[in-house]
Amino acid sequence: MSETPQQPAIEVHNLVKTFAGLTAVNDISFTVPRGEIIGFLGPNGAGKSTTMRILTGYLPATSGLVSICGFRVADDPDAVKRRVGYMPENNPLPEDMRVSEYLYFRGRLKEVARRKLGPRIDEVLELCDLKRVRHKIIGKLSKGFRQRVGIAESVLAEPPVIIMDEPTIGLDPHQILIVRDLIASLRGRMTVLISSHILPEIEMTCDRVLIINQGRIVAQGTPAELRREVLGQSAYEIEAAGPMGSLQFVLGSIVPGLSVASEGPVDCLGFRKIKLKTLSEEDAGEAILRACLSEGLRVRALSRAHPTLEDVFLAATRRSWDAVVEDPRDGGRP
Amino acid sequence: MLLVSPSTYVAAVSFLSVMGFIFTNILEKYSTAPQEASPATVFFSVYFLPVIFMVPLLTMKCLAEERRLGTIETLLTTPVTTTEVVLGKYGAAYLLYLAFWASTSGLFYILKRFAGDPRLIDPGPILGGYLFIAVSGLLFVSIGVFTSALSRNQAVAGLLCTTILIGIIFGGRYLGSAAWLDRESLAPLKAAVSYAQVSQHFMDFTRGVVDTRELLFYLSGTVLSLIFSIFSVEAKLLHS
Repeated sequence: MSETPQQPAIEVHNLVKTFAGLTAVNDISFTVPRGEIIGFLGPNGAGKSTTMRILTGYLPATSGLVSICGFRVADDPDAVKRRVGYMPENNPLPEDMRVSEYLYFRGRLKEVARRKLGPRIDEVLELCDLKRVRHKIIGKLSKGFRQRVGIAESVLAEPPVIIMDEPTIGLDPHQILIVRDLIASLRGRMTVLISSHILPEIEMTCDRVLIINQGRIVAQGTPAELRREVLGQSAYEIEAAGPMGSLQFVLGSIVPGLSVASEGPVDCLGFRKIKLKTLSEEDAGEAILRACLSEGLRVRALSRAHPTLEDVFLAATRRSWDAVVEDPRDGGRP
Repeated sequence: MLLVSPSTYVAAVSFLSVMGFIFTNILEKYSTAPQEASPATVFFSVYFLPVIFMVPLLTMKCLAEERRLGTIETLLTTPVTTTEVVLGKYGAAYLLYLAFWASTSGLFYILKRFAGDPRLIDPGPILGGYLFIAVSGLLFVSIGVFTSALSRNQAVAGLLCTTILIGIIFGGRYLGSAAWLDRESLAPLKAAVSYAQVSQHFMDFTRGVVDTRELLFYLSGTVLSLIFSIFSVEAKLLHS
């Protein structure tokens, strides 16, 4: 198979991986077009790292078909490895090498020509803000620097596909911002697959999100799509004081499907927080406000709650757990 | 990796001081009374001492540490095969082993320069001794690489290597003199044991006898243990 620009960067069909009877990845299929940044979400032990390792050709799959840029991982591992920059979980680095030595060594391993390697190392050091530590020994660097050395290494050979397993773990907010910009700067040029626990991170950088739980994909799409699909509702929060008795009824009549989800305790000024939810996508803020005022309530605040990816993630993984519990073949094991 | 890490130089210095100490001891003996063998023969006859200590220390790190740190994952996701990785590690360790031994040639140079007695420097045993070191080193270092592939713990790898080396170097001598092997039915086994006598090989080499069967013994042993190392690295990936 030859490389053509039409072929998607990553193609996975019915991927299964079992370890001694334990199914880590259970029939996963997805496609990533070129130039997209895709986020891989899932609780611990969901099979994220295993999937990534199979994509890089480090682990063999039990069954299924995986191809990178049109090259099958099982048939042509060398072609795949030339096209993938991989940063494993926990970012293992040799302790007693200097940063520039390490990058030179990795560049040569990845078959970057000697002539090009020097300028390219300068470039990635600049990109990852590592110029200051280029002559330091890796074992003595702080976590943030080590993490950036790992990222620099994965983009070093300019591969079309970059796979990073939790690249922002252990970084401070400022460094996370740098890494986020760095990943965003690769958009369009390289296909990036990142896994992360930090959900706002994924939400900001990724074009598309895959949520995986217990070896299965439980949801996929853009963050906005996921919100709609998984939560399927919008929520409002209102702080008001006054007679609440008929509120539920009035609200139901002006906005169909709107109901009171919860009511908070009354504070010293007589206000209480009320959470409302609706299934409709339209903005009902104005109608709610008008209804409250006509009911004689004094309103202090009204806001539309934006569900974060975190809510989506929790809902999606909970949903899949429920599905597993209900699955009779599984013997009811959660 | 080996040349940039300071531990290599520490090892080289200590190796050279131990060998220098042994060499001085031998020379002192020669200065008090005339001896039968040339100093080179006596010097190389303690080859097992550095082999048993140096080879495990040089090789135990090579694959065990890659696995413990997890860098084997980044290493194997570059366009290199497991075979290339194992051969690379083996080649580096073997060259370093040779370099350590080559540094002891300085001792002979000093002796030649200052002793002024040509009888002390006999080129035959010296060349034979170095040849033996180079050939037997092939096998010893490959055993070190193999044990390093077996465990992620360097200490376990090192101890395993020492045990196997002792088994190869002294086990042959012990089995060769074992009475139960003299039985008629075990004659082929007896022949095999006498063929695998490392100390006998050493005597032959220093006497200038280079037997191709002995070369084959070391070469085939090296190839076998390298193949096992490659299998072991790959098997650990499959069952990780």
